[in-house]
Amino acid sequence: MTDFWLNGEKIVWEGDPAIRVIDLLREKLGRTGTKEGCGTGECGACAIHVNGELHLSCLMLAGQLQGCRVTTIEGMAPAGGIHPLQQAFLDSGAVQCGFCIPGMVMAGAALRAKVPDPSERQIREGLSGNLCRCTGYGKIIQAVRSLSLSGSAAEEGNP
Amino acid sequence: MRLELGARIPRADGLSKVTGTEPYAVDLYPPNPLWAGAKRAGIPHGLIRGIDNARARSLPGVMRILTSADVPGSNRHGIIHQDMPVLADGKVRHGGDAVALVIAESRAALRQALEAIIVQIDPLPIVAGIDDALDPQSPKVHEERPEGNILVHARIERGKVDQAFESCAAEVSEVFVTPVQAHLFLETENGLAFLAEDGTLEIIASTQAPFRDRFEISRALSIPFEKIRVKAPYLGGGFGGKDGATVQCLLALAALAVPLRWIKMVWEREESMLAGYKRHATRLHYRAGALEDGTLYALDCRLFYDTGAYAHLGGEVLELGMEHAAGPYRIPHARVEGWCLYTNNPIAGAMRAFGVCQVAFAIEQVIDLLAEKLHIDPLDFRLRNALRSGDENLSSLPAADSTGMQACLRQIADHPLWTGRENWKSSASAHTRRGVGIASVFNAMGYGKNVRDSAIARIELMTSGEFMVTSAVADMGQGNASTYAQIAGSILHQNEGQVHVTQPDTAHAYPSGSSSAGRTTYTFGNALFQAAHELRNRILNRGGMMLFTEDDRHLELRPGCIRHAPSGRELPLSRLASLMRPEERVSLAHFVAPVVEPKPGTYEGLRIGFPHLLYAYGAHLAAIEVDLLSGAISVLHYVAVTDGGTVLNPTLFEQQIEGGIAQGMGFALLEDLLIRQGIILNPDLSTYLIPTSLDLPTMETSWVNGSDNSGPLGMKGVGEVAMNGPLPAIANAFAHATGRRIFQGPLHAERVFWTLAGSQCDQEEKR
Repeated sequence: MTDFWLNGEKIVWEGDPAIRVIDLLREKLGRTGTKEGCGTGECGACAIHVNGELHLSCLMLAGQLQGCRVTTIEGMAPAGGIHPLQQAFLDSGAVQCGFCIPGMVMAGAALRAKVPDPSERQIREGLSGNLCRCTGYGKIIQAVRSLSLSGSAAEEGNP
Repeated sequence: MRLELGARIPRADGLSKVTGTEPYAVDLYPPNPLWAGAKRAGIPHGLIRGIDNARARSLPGVMRILTSADVPGSNRHGIIHQDMPVLADGKVRHGGDAVALVIAESRAALRQALEAIIVQIDPLPIVAGIDDALDPQSPKVHEERPEGNILVHARIERGKVDQAFESCAAEVSEVFVTPVQAHLFLETENGLAFLAEDGTLEIIASTQAPFRDRFEISRALSIPFEKIRVKAPYLGGGFGGKDGATVQCLLALAALAVPLRWIKMVWEREESMLAGYKRHATRLHYRAGALEDGTLYALDCRLFYDTGAYAHLGGEVLELGMEHAAGPYRIPHARVEGWCLYTNNPIAGAMRAFGVCQVAFAIEQVIDLLAEKLHIDPLDFRLRNALRSGDENLSSLPAADSTGMQACLRQIADHPLWTGRENWKSSASAHTRRGVGIASVFNAMGYGKNVRDSAIARIELMTSGEFMVTSAVADMGQGNASTYAQIAGSILHQNEGQVHVTQPDTAHAYPSGSSSAGRTTYTFGNALFQAAHELRNRILNRGGMMLFTEDDRHLELRPGCIRHAPSGRELPLSRLASLMRPEERVSLAHFVAPVVEPKPGTYEGLRIGFPHLLYAYGAHLAAIEVDLLSGAISVLHYVAVTDGGTVLNPTLFEQQIEGGIAQGMGFALLEDLLIRQGIILNPDLSTYLIPTSLDLPTMETSWVNGSDNSGPLGMKGVGEVAMNGPLPAIANAFAHATGRRIFQGPLHAERVFWTLAGSQCDQEEKR
């Protein structure tokens, strides 16, 4: 038995602890926002947060989630709302086919948690594990950057 | 936000994609699905001696194992030529041929069964590439073809080529080689199938061509096509690789074997590399000449395209490459001869810039070389020879009114990176070189002559007062669905969110062709433009009736209502809709893309899709740095100026141009699917590299003003044109930086390093 928190909800997985986390999320728990692009840890489409750290769910087994706090793309937006980084992706026109975007949002959010106001170089490095075949990355980088700028501005104005 | 043309309207599909709620085909898990998967040949050429399923069949959870004997129809599919078996019968022609189809209760059982199947194949000698395919002594990939391994042999000719070279003051002769490129969409080929009791076959697939898929399935498996329903949700990328059946026929076959159960098939990444369609490898022999005064005067080229084991759209890819072989220039004397060849390599088919980015590599370096010989500035040389409207192009037809090549080049000419290129060059630090290169690009739009390029748009005023567009053209990420909402909304004066778009479903939409050829917004959009106009007039007319106005003047559509301006009276659209009959609330219109007639005597052997009327144009600039120690090229600035007619949505326009450049930069610097004796050496993402966020520069994109007059929207498709720039622009920048030229792509560090070292590292790679 494996129990963990998924987007704030307690999950008790009584099945095989050796299935991949991505299969657990998508096939067993119906959270299909997390995508599979390669299955070998090369593309980043399956990125999730485990205890606040960026992880690739295609390279983890269900049992490794024991006791962990897991956030997937479905858990990023508050109920009825949207995460500021998701809004920044929309505002920057960063979405084309969109298949890489959940992973990009997870990677961008993980970067911002560590580096609140990243430089363009830091953003490029922070997203370099996530492949996108549509955009050329420019508008995605712009999205993460614009949030950093507005985020830090908001923090300044908010005692 | 009001839906208006020319505005930066956010994508209608943005929110669902960014929150992870948009269901792509691969996200659909019907209750208790069966899993299907193909056993691949693994051997590029050979005769099947036997398929031993005994152990696989005995494994728990394995439901059925099918071979070619179980295929009910012709067992052949294909878009133009039906030469591709659903399951190989007797012979395998490339390593990705499917030889058996397993249907299992779980993915784990499926994997075990696929491993347990033993296929005995007696290898045959391999047709490994272009030279083998041209050798009449080589085995035939398709033994029944009297033409041997030549799929298409064609010629375009104008003027008197052989005499023309005698007048030339400068002449260049070179051979260019381009690699196989993989589409690498992130959502691999996948789908679902269900055969209902009444014999209806439902397919939901990641596909660019839901309507055409029905014919491919129907022919291959003898299922009446009207019994087949195909749905195409948003695709996780396509780029041409999902134009033509991938999983569809295999899924249909599985559903025939196990009716009344949903069957799911998802290709793994390596399977996609092995069995999916690819970009053609080419070898291009160019000879070109110019007059003393800088007039491009003569061209003679021979183009060889390796189409792999099956035709797919190979012949058409070659034809489009031939049509673009002279670049966007006036050349009075030209001969272009092309061969599309069967080999035992992976199947080459449609990919963004469909045969064009290969010839762009060749002609744009040839142009630079001629300019150099004549001591003319390479941009001036291009300007002097670039097509203007009315000029005869390679097809000996007048270039259309919307020919913005000159305007694109002029913007580059004034760019500080171009005017300051010698400063850029001299700014290189130790162990590096810097250079600036340019390329003119163009790309035909639409299917071209002899292929009906039409669309039927449907729009409905729903009882809610909002509108629904029934899209019939798949959206693989280019944003045509969202643009349809924008087009309709602009005519109906509605706000964002008030015009919805359904994704293609052959049961509800009307046949409107594939999502390809830069046509998705143009053809369907122009049909929708008319349908929305008709609906608008009807709504105003019925509204006038309800409001008892004396006529329909002074009535206007507003978001959610109609309004009689003089009296200020309004009628909500929901109210109006409830008073209209269902058929009144629906408007249908069609559009057929214009074609041009080829000129008799100027061509031979080009049958499908030649010539075209409309092209998008562009001028590209790359400023690069070469690391002399490693050979690595970094592109530090990239500029693209595009003529795509009227820009409907600047954000979506930029997305297409930036995306095309990105894929073009992968083609230019990194991507090379290595195939030796029919075997792929780099079939995964750790060995076949595509650009990451660290590999691409910020791109500067702009457009020239202009409008195309062939349709009411004034736009031209720009999905493909940008793909053609990076490889030649970077190759020209490399020459500016180092004085050396590379005629084989990609310009990866190893090739650059050995070129600078003066060694031919990769002669064996010449295909």
